[in-house]
Amino acid sequence: MADGNGRGGIKEAVAGMGSHLRESQVWNSIFRPGSPMRSDNSDSPRNRSYVVMNNVLYHLHPVKVKRHGVRISYTLCLGGLSFFLFILLTITGIFLMFYYRPTSPQAYFDLQALGSDVAFGQLVRNMHRWGAHIMVLTVFLHMSRVFYHGAYKPPREFNWVVGIILLLFTLLLSFTGYLLPWDQLALWAVTVGSNMAGYTPVFGEQVTFALVGGIQITADTLLRWYVLHVLFLPFIMVIFMAVHFWRVRKDGGLSGPL
Amino acid sequence: MAQLPESLLRRSAEARAKAEGRSVEDVLAEIKGEAPPTAPPPAVAETPAPAAGGGGRDLDAEAATFGVPRPLLERSMFARSKADGTPVPAMAGVAAPAAAATAVTAAPAPAPAAFSGPPPGVRTQRLLTVVKAGAIQGTGREPEDKVNVWPHLLAIEFVALLAMLAFLTLLSAFVDAPLLEFANFNQQPNPSKAPWYFLGLQELLAYFDPQVAGIIIPGFGVAALAFIPYIDRNPSVRPSDRKFAISLFTVFFVGASVLTIFGSFFRGPGFNFVFPWVDGIFFDDLLTILE
Repeated sequence: MADGNGRGGIKEAVAGMGSHLRESQVWNSIFRPGSPMRSDNSDSPRNRSYVVMNNVLYHLHPVKVKRHGVRISYTLCLGGLSFFLFILLTITGIFLMFYYRPTSPQAYFDLQALGSDVAFGQLVRNMHRWGAHIMVLTVFLHMSRVFYHGAYKPPREFNWVVGIILLLFTLLLSFTGYLLPWDQLALWAVTVGSNMAGYTPVFGEQVTFALVGGIQITADTLLRWYVLHVLFLPFIMVIFMAVHFWRVRKDGGLSGPL
Repeated sequence: MAQLPESLLRRSAEARAKAEGRSVEDVLAEIKGEAPPTAPPPAVAETPAPAAGGGGRDLDAEAATFGVPRPLLERSMFARSKADGTPVPAMAGVAAPAAAATAVTAAPAPAPAAFSGPPPGVRTQRLLTVVKAGAIQGTGREPEDKVNVWPHLLAIEFVALLAMLAFLTLLSAFVDAPLLEFANFNQQPNPSKAPWYFLGLQELLAYFDPQVAGIIIPGFGVAALAFIPYIDRNPSVRPSDRKFAISLFTVFFVGASVLTIFGSFFRGPGFNFVFPWVDGIFFDDLLTILE
């Protein structure tokens, strides 16, 4: 180094590289004007608007929300947490798909291997399972919160219906995932659950047949529910979620104040 | 005619008085209709204005009256007669071009130039109406108390997300998800319980016929939930106005919770009633937590 002080020189060089990077064309092409990540950003009302407006976030959030809506005690973040858990379950679920075969008896052995052979396998499986339970809770509590605020009243009626559909799909997703470990808990819990569907009047047998892919639960049910769990139900869920979030904004954002 | 503000009338009158060389009060009175209109300063005969192809026009007088340069008036007159296919009217005070001269000879003797309004092709401007400011600028909406999503909402959401992630990671680090023995079709555990969110329904099965507990109650329950916005026509969102709706939902909420907790913790072998603190907990979902 020119000044003879090696450590100071390296520090300056790193700082110089940092500022050089933050002023580069590549950096500025990634972060749009107004982003706090840009070197030319300053805190101003206009730039605060740009953070949302100039960003993919604009699909989820408006530039401004009613003041009472940001009070944590109003929403308890339940809807947002449900969405976050859905994303988390998607990420952990994709991880698990790398190590899981929906056939008997491999499914069970793959789960054992997750606990013994796969790095972080047990942790990710735990997060997937507990996260699913918590998501059922947050979705249900979100529905209750919306009811107590009367937030289903015009013009939000239809979004409430979409929300009920999302609740049902959350339960279905959780229920289809319940069978996949292919252990005694999975098999018999699902047996009890799908027996209830068999009580459907008139065409109960047909409902059971379509649900479990046969007269009773077999290894074929495993494949059927696996496809439902990782592809079919999430696909439909994402569509309804898009409608749900879009309608929240189009119907005037958060309801209230009371 | 709409009632015009006095100031506007006065400005209009001043401008007209200046152009016509009259007193402002005269013009103002005329505009307001309080005095009979006085004739414009140039002497004007009582003959009607010439129609296209009619009598001649005194372009100098018109130019003086309307403040329009004479060459423009001429151009407009020629253009109009060309467009209409009518001969150019005779013009006073100027030697007509050859083409116009023949038209003049064919036409009857031109009357003295006279008009009572703007000639065709000449545009004048006048005040049609006054739009009051409120009608355009009023939005009809109360201003709302709003805050920027960044940083106020996004910061909260980010903290909530991190808290949930931390909680879930810690829970998963210390509590393993259950994995029992390999699925065995020939050995049904006792009790066999559904996933916990269906245990409320399984609890109902202990009281009612399967078709009632398994289909009718949950089916109607979900349908009733979905149709809440169309059943509840009360427009108010204030809790004091919705006592019945809130009570009903609370009964549903507490009922579902109690049934689920009851099915989870107070049902043992044969789905018979047990006290969890006496006979133990028969709830495999929480197996690894309880151990």
